[in-house]
Amino acid sequence: MDYDNEMTLSFRAVSANESFARVSVAAFALQLDPAVSEITEIKTAVSEAVTNSIIHAYDNSSGIVHIWCGCLQNRLYIEITDNGKGIENVNEAMEPLYTSKPEQERSGLGFTIMESFMDKMEVYSEVGKGTKVVMEKNIGQCVSNG
Amino acid sequence: MSVSFRNVNDCLVVEIEGEIDHHFVDEVKKSIDTRLMSNDVRNVVFDLKKVDFMDSAGIGMIIGRYKQTVKRGGVTSVACLSDNLKRIMMISGLYRIIKIYNSVEEAAKVL
Repeated sequence: MDYDNEMTLSFRAVSANESFARVSVAAFALQLDPAVSEITEIKTAVSEAVTNSIIHAYDNSSGIVHIWCGCLQNRLYIEITDNGKGIENVNEAMEPLYTSKPEQERSGLGFTIMESFMDKMEVYSEVGKGTKVVMEKNIGQCVSNG
Repeated sequence: MSVSFRNVNDCLVVEIEGEIDHHFVDEVKKSIDTRLMSNDVRNVVFDLKKVDFMDSAGIGMIIGRYKQTVKRGGVTSVACLSDNLKRIMMISGLYRIIKIYNSVEEAAKVL
């Protein structure tokens, strides 16, 4: 696809980079003139995907998270990729409240929140190779700017 | 992000300022649990008026404290939520077990 604009970002899979990732994607999305609520939704979805990579894919050990963003007209495209351990059963992982780490008080709502806040969300994963989360959102659908 | 505590009636009021994500949540959980262990109160009220971002890590934190207060015969509630935080509470279904109040005073009066 021939996008109007694109950007890529790669960073260490450490929790201090969660806010960096969501703020960077939100800054890229600003060119589409989103409402405040849309910015919050994008930040939340990105935070969930990046946190999953850090906690689950890399198990809090070393690794790199890659983000690609594109925009075409009023649609924002986001891909968040890791080269971690992968998800054995994606359908199970996407079940609301499912978590493989209940002892860490994880809520099991990451994918549910991504799905709720974005217009499209797909997960591609291969055990031992990694996971890619693909999200899309139409910007400018909110009536108010609050 | 910062956390401060105060006691109102039988409640430990936990006021959080900033963004609640996985990076900060462990530190917050530890400080609340330390307070709860050294405190006689049964209930926890989260004052979230100064929280401008929260993802599912915050939901995990609230559920964890809910379980602790239930063990002590108390309850956990939240006050002063932004529209975005309310939406996350709705999506998570957390509103079914944790009451949402407009102010800390209102929450403390009920508890």
